[in-house]
Amino acid sequence: MSAGLQVRGLQKSFGGIIVADDINVDLAPGARVALIGPNGAGKTTFSSLITGKLTPNAGEITLDGQDIRPLGEADRVKAGIAKTFQITTLFRDLTVRDNLRLAAQERDGRARAWFKRADSWAEVEREIDAQLAAFRLEALGDKRVSDLAYGQQRLVEMAMTLMLKPRVLILDEPAAGVPSSDSHLITDAIERLPDDLAVLIIEHDMKLVFRVARSIIVLVNGRILTQGAPNEIAADERVRDLYLGARHHD
Amino acid sequence: MSLFLNILIDGVAYGMILFMISVGLSVTMGLMRVINLAHGGFAMVGGVVAHVLMSEAGIGYVPAALLGIVATVALAWPLERLIYRRIYGFGDLQQVLATIGLTFLMIATVNRLQGSSLLALPLPTVLAQSVDLGFRTLPLHRVIVIGVGAVVIVGLWLLIERTRFGIKLRAAVDNRATAGAIGINTGLIYTATFCLGAGLAALGGILGAEMLPIEAYYPLRYMVLFLVVVAVGGMGSIGRSFLAALGLGLIETASRYLVPEFGTIFYFACIILFLALRPKGLWGRLA
Amino acid sequence: MTRLMRIPFAVEALLIALLVIAFFAFPYNLAFVTRILIMVLFVLSIDLVLGFAGIATLGQAALYGTGAYAAGLFAVHVTAAPLPGLLIGMVAGAALAFLSGLVLLRTKGLTLIMLTIAVAQICQEVANKARDVTGGADGLRGIRMEPVLGLFEFDFIGITAYWYVAIVVFIVFLALKRLAAAPLGLSLRGIHESPERMLAIGAPVYRRQVLAYTLGGGIAGIAGALAAQVTQLVSLEVYSFTLSAEALIMLILGGTGRLWGAIVGVVLFMTVHHVAASADPYNWLFFIGFMVLGVVFFLPGGMIRLPQALLRLGRQR
Repeated sequence: MSAGLQVRGLQKSFGGIIVADDINVDLAPGARVALIGPNGAGKTTFSSLITGKLTPNAGEITLDGQDIRPLGEADRVKAGIAKTFQITTLFRDLTVRDNLRLAAQERDGRARAWFKRADSWAEVEREIDAQLAAFRLEALGDKRVSDLAYGQQRLVEMAMTLMLKPRVLILDEPAAGVPSSDSHLITDAIERLPDDLAVLIIEHDMKLVFRVARSIIVLVNGRILTQGAPNEIAADERVRDLYLGARHHD
Repeated sequence: MSLFLNILIDGVAYGMILFMISVGLSVTMGLMRVINLAHGGFAMVGGVVAHVLMSEAGIGYVPAALLGIVATVALAWPLERLIYRRIYGFGDLQQVLATIGLTFLMIATVNRLQGSSLLALPLPTVLAQSVDLGFRTLPLHRVIVIGVGAVVIVGLWLLIERTRFGIKLRAAVDNRATAGAIGINTGLIYTATFCLGAGLAALGGILGAEMLPIEAYYPLRYMVLFLVVVAVGGMGSIGRSFLAALGLGLIETASRYLVPEFGTIFYFACIILFLALRPKGLWGRLA
Repeated sequence: MTRLMRIPFAVEALLIALLVIAFFAFPYNLAFVTRILIMVLFVLSIDLVLGFAGIATLGQAALYGTGAYAAGLFAVHVTAAPLPGLLIGMVAGAALAFLSGLVLLRTKGLTLIMLTIAVAQICQEVANKARDVTGGADGLRGIRMEPVLGLFEFDFIGITAYWYVAIVVFIVFLALKRLAAAPLGLSLRGIHESPERMLAIGAPVYRRQVLAYTLGGGIAGIAGALAAQVTQLVSLEVYSFTLSAEALIMLILGGTGRLWGAIVGVVLFMTVHHVAASADPYNWLFFIGFMVLGVVFFLPGGMIRLPQALLRLGRQR
């Protein structure tokens, strides 16, 4: 038994089209793994299989040696696997603090309490303060999410997801849609993530990937083409031809 | 055997009526993504106009029916242009409310002009007869309903599969934005489809007046019947609406014949059970 | 209004003041004011289900009517004490909401709206067919209520009825206000805004929607029970589509998701109805028709957003 998330021989097909083929991935605590690959390579499918949105046809998914395949989406979150989305689907009409509060009250299993005010748990409020500070969002706590800039919304999303105290965090294109002037906010935030958290980053932005990842997996047509340290991947001819050739990173 | 045949004939005829009235609802939902609770109102308008023409102007059944359909289309056209066009962008709830508002206005108008009593559409003596099949007789009216229904489905099939309009309509149902981008005038398609749906509803309303009597509260009373067809058949497909309408017509007729006391309850219980098991309809498309 | 809600007991004081003023201002119309209060409670139940949890429903009358029949039958056959009857009405409304919610809430959008309508129609049909029990189309008669708590007899002017209903509505309103600010209220608003995100933070969305629907059913059941006890009659109309639709219109008119909207919308709608419909019931339908279209097109946030809407209009000039 090993700590963290282990994926073995994961397989998924839709009516004959194979979208995930014999995928093996290890995410130990503290891992910073990036999943890259051309459009349609099956990156989002892979993340959906981990979060339970899709059910694999074959293969194993374990968290700390426990089989998590029988768990539904919500239960996997409770088990410690959290993800952010490609497109933010935050609670736009609620304040930033309310967004974080929602995550905390689900984590603590008291979302059905109906008499005490939602902001009356002092411990959680302090936690929210700390989380907002970690993402430099202190000044925005009482603003509605819809009033924030897009880059800030992505930070709120990450802060909210971290409120769940996950052990495995999947970041699905964390920089998508963020103007390049703000993308350093995202990179900085990822670099400051807790050390014992296992992080899987699905991303197109190579600059970001090479800055934060310690290991890169290249996915093509639902299969792992190769995986290794960033310098190995950057030097790999096949990867250059297939993927980096089109979009040189500098 | 006779009971079985009665259920079959009445059920198919009833299903045809449901189809004619609901097909426009299904297609406008698939195409414009609009929940039009006022759709049954078009069936009523057709019936009311035909009733007035027959009872007050002394016009015959067939021309009155045709004029009723024309009048309904003439009403649907400005409604689509002025009101519905603005509703398309609304959320579900806003659409529901706006179309309930329209429904109330239709009811109030008919109530004002014709009162709240049943508005008869007496069949001409020719149609009120029975046809003798040798081993049994059938009401001619039912046979004609089934015949017209068959003509409508074939006509719609030809329209959708064999004309340029049909190609454009299918493209627009599949993807509105793309259809617009490749130069299809979606606005025109919306109007034409909406008016066609309204006209067919009027036809169904008039032909079906024997089964679903015309009166001011018609659009509310039968609203669920028409919505069920769309929920079961899925949106935006003529063939599926047809099968759903036919199936529902048969089930409802059978439950009315076999368990007359509890026909409605049995029928709705079936539907709820079905939709609980298959929340997205028969074919699992978006609902 | 939101600022007001932060001052301790300001809401409570304001509500009590309104109830007392209404009592003295309309001595000859107490029955009508009582009807308004019952309708407020009913519309509040829709606000919980739709305004908070985002469950689109056009069949809330199913829950109201079931509460009404349950309380009426309980009064006729078991005991005519009002409070137990209220409890029965609540349980009946909640039970039907729970059972139907298990099925309904698996669907969404049009199918959901349609199924809610269908449930109310089935209830109406069952009540119509079970003539021996419910009196069918003649309505359930013979409800005679005992004094509230054995102390306050129902008088023919409706003073007891008014205060009985007023206190129940007051209590439920305060409970809902607490709920709105509590974790449950926040979580329901979360489901309303983004069910997908709620799943992603580990919330069992479906189960929580069933919970919200059940709570809403309980409140609608109380409203129905109050109506049955106060008017001493239950007719098939309690299940009518028009009741569901009008209540929804009142809520949208006032504004959803803020509880106050229910009060504003009901008072406005019922008052206009009282004045207009007594003059001409047919024109009344015209009136609601145009009113609904007006609200949907020009005031999507409801009346409690009217000041902002006017401001915006002023700025555009």
